[in-house]
Amino acid sequence: MAVTTSSTTPRRTRLAEVTPANLRRRYLRDRVMIGLLVLATLVVLIPLLVIVWYVVSNGIQAVLEPTFWTSDLGSPARALGGRDTGLGHTVLGTLVVDGLALLIAVPIGIGAGIMLSEYPDHPLNPALRILNDTLNGMPAILKGLLAFALIVKPMGTFSGLSGGVALAFVMLPIVARATEGVLRIIPWSIREAGLALGLPRWRVVLNTVLPAARVGVVTGVLIAFARAAGEAAPLLFTAFGNNFFSSAPLRYLTGPVDTLPARLYSLAISPYREWHAMGWGAGVVLLGFVIVTFVVSRLATRQRHQADM
Amino acid sequence: MERANATTRPDTPSPPRPTDAGQGEVRAAVASEAKARLVTEGISVHYGATLGVRDVSLTFRDKTVTALIGPSGCGKTTFLRSLNRMHDLSRGVKVTGRAVLDGTDIYASGVDPVTIRRRIGMVFQKPTPFPTMSIYDNVVAGLKLVGIRDRRLLDEVAERSLRQAALWDEVKDRLKAPAAGISGGQQQRLSIARALAVEADVLLMDEPTSSLDPQSTMRIEELIHQLKDDVTIIIVTHNMQQAARVSDYTAFFYEGNLIEVSDTNTMFTNPREQRTNDYITGRFG
Amino acid sequence: MQRSATSAIIRAPTKAIYRRLGDNAFQTVVVGLGITIMLLAVVLAWVLLRDGWEPLRIFGFLGFLTGTTWDPVQNDYGTWPFIVGTLITSIAGLALSFFPALGVAIFTAEYAPRWLASIIDTIVDLLAAIPSVVVGIWGIFVLVPFLQNNVYLPIYFWTFEQAPQLLPILGPPAGYNLVTATIVLALMIVPYTAALARDSIRLVPRSQREAARALGATRWEVMRMAVIPYARGGIVAGAILSFGRAIGETMAVAMLVGNSNTLPFTLFGPAATMPSVIVNEFREAVENLHLASLMTVGFYLFLISLVVNLIAAWMQRRYTVGGRAL
Repeated sequence: MAVTTSSTTPRRTRLAEVTPANLRRRYLRDRVMIGLLVLATLVVLIPLLVIVWYVVSNGIQAVLEPTFWTSDLGSPARALGGRDTGLGHTVLGTLVVDGLALLIAVPIGIGAGIMLSEYPDHPLNPALRILNDTLNGMPAILKGLLAFALIVKPMGTFSGLSGGVALAFVMLPIVARATEGVLRIIPWSIREAGLALGLPRWRVVLNTVLPAARVGVVTGVLIAFARAAGEAAPLLFTAFGNNFFSSAPLRYLTGPVDTLPARLYSLAISPYREWHAMGWGAGVVLLGFVIVTFVVSRLATRQRHQADM
Repeated sequence: MERANATTRPDTPSPPRPTDAGQGEVRAAVASEAKARLVTEGISVHYGATLGVRDVSLTFRDKTVTALIGPSGCGKTTFLRSLNRMHDLSRGVKVTGRAVLDGTDIYASGVDPVTIRRRIGMVFQKPTPFPTMSIYDNVVAGLKLVGIRDRRLLDEVAERSLRQAALWDEVKDRLKAPAAGISGGQQQRLSIARALAVEADVLLMDEPTSSLDPQSTMRIEELIHQLKDDVTIIIVTHNMQQAARVSDYTAFFYEGNLIEVSDTNTMFTNPREQRTNDYITGRFG
Repeated sequence: MQRSATSAIIRAPTKAIYRRLGDNAFQTVVVGLGITIMLLAVVLAWVLLRDGWEPLRIFGFLGFLTGTTWDPVQNDYGTWPFIVGTLITSIAGLALSFFPALGVAIFTAEYAPRWLASIIDTIVDLLAAIPSVVVGIWGIFVLVPFLQNNVYLPIYFWTFEQAPQLLPILGPPAGYNLVTATIVLALMIVPYTAALARDSIRLVPRSQREAARALGATRWEVMRMAVIPYARGGIVAGAILSFGRAIGETMAVAMLVGNSNTLPFTLFGPAATMPSVIVNEFREAVENLHLASLMTVGFYLFLISLVVNLIAAWMQRRYTVGGRAL
């Protein structure tokens, strides 16, 4: 029961007393709210887990087919006629395009991150921060339009190069922000120690600051990569798509090239049941790609936390 | 429902007993007439496997100020927080023993912590006004919780509490202003007013002046003197002058143990324990 | 690190002039890379405006914005239907997802035991990374048939008999429609909103919670009185950022919205959004003006995204109760 009340101070009235009825009502509300919170959590998690489950269960069969990895797609007739068909060329194209995006985005993004954190007084920093955030907030499809205007139009052809550039536009601002964030955590004393040793500033940054922050930087890059690797919109009018392996390796850069997200889209909206199955398969690969990247970045972060302790 | 004190614990000190103290008899004698408001019996606080506070038994008498002193990490704050079941919030913290408020053990099963915390208010190291609320709303926040909506009543309590906290004159013209906009010292007095508004019988203060300037500290100390007429105050402080200035009784904690408790005069002039003496004279801590 | 620093010392040319030279070169490179990003943002706006200039010249800035016809055959273009579609789906999607997202955030940040919270956090973050096209294919083959048979058709038939005056709002059920797109948008932004809300809730100082507790607040009252008000700036800014995401969300919507360019849109009938029309028509656009008009739609999309992002940033600064404010 509640505490016995005693009125030792008569001039005070016990107006703020908690009555049992009041308490019951408040605890009831408390419990109802917990129920609602749990419900909300389920409402959010279940559909999204259902999506993952559907994709895996519908696509796993296609993925386990060896030809899925070794063969290219060809015309619908191949799938309809039961001949070898697959997304080998798509996986290859995806590696090329994503790899290119990494090659472009990582140095630029890290460089911009270094500018923001190591030259904090640089007059251009406020503008860089605003514009970087602006770029980050822009829909990926607009970055596709930009790559189209900058590369596809002058080249006169869709190409893996333009696709890689488009994805690099997606990754860049994320890498820059993440790099700035982790470099700032590195205490200034580490830099000062390097400078006190007589090292030039650039050596301090490259030999001391960056290595100290490397796990964080890599995590940032991975997160950016996971985000970009799932994007289809910017690829539709840059890398475009292709149903075949290319005979000349260079064609993966200079010509239209298939990528998983874009191919998934066209398979899904195609009228062929056989292609739908492969679309689910593409979904499994894409999801696996993203999840592996995600898990690796998570593990890296955890390791860093442990290292801190 | 007073539980008979059938504990076999041999020595449950309920200091200060007039017989304990060689000096300061007068104050002790007067104070001992006041009835015991809050009595702890063997309170221990466990952090996982480690013991934060070990078997502390203390009596806090009505309308007195008791200071808890000791070096940092000695368990005084941990003990303080066990007095209104604040540890309920923290994962992995367990409290054993009894804390009897007006005859009821607050840790007994069936006793509701929400009700307890209304009777035992708390003021923290840093002022904790709710920054999105106005000054007025901060004061009456506790009343609104229990569903009091009567404007007149709220106004009345707000004014009374702010006056009690010696803040009324400074804020009466801007009660609707955001609470984040007043000075740190004022914010701390606002926090006190908020605790008074729900008519707490006991006020726990956890180093209430440690983030304040000397001027504000002085005002809070004056306030403690005034509040003593209404409430039982237990204050944690690492400032021994402060303990000497504001408290009637002082308890010295060291490494999780209650080393010594007596009326403040005795404590600072003639401590019983060597360690207390060492601490007070500044040999450590 | 230590070792490389020492060896660097031994090898380092100590002549000041070389050091200055190295430092200058390094700074030039780094600043150059920073400028590259700045240029990109500017060039993005410029290119969209340049390539979308022709329609703006022909129809006018406001004329193109408010034009309700999008007809590649007649070469008559206006972006209004897509703005309507974008705003309806994004606002409704945000409304649908906001409270569940906040619920997850509060549950994981305040209620769940640590092990459960970290599991839910990980799942939420992971779900935020599900590619849009993957949600799209699920929508096409699972969600749309389900909704069509179990929701749209029953509601439509009921309305047909009981409240025919509502039919113009519903429209004949197409499966691929505004409602489907909205649901999918809500699903896609909910992990994002939840993660942002969770982060701002975790930033609420412990002392605020304890202060509320010490006043005799129940757990939920602590939330309502101390935690949520304190975190509101971050929560709202996060919701606006999610709204910005919803506006730009392309693939899943393009696959599920049905793609109709003519107003008025109905709830159960096909519609279109700004990104969806770009995706659907860009590759087939043969007329120069058609292509340019799609670029112009992109330009308007840029402007809207910009405004939304600026508002979010402003909200964050304006309503965040920083530790600094206290």
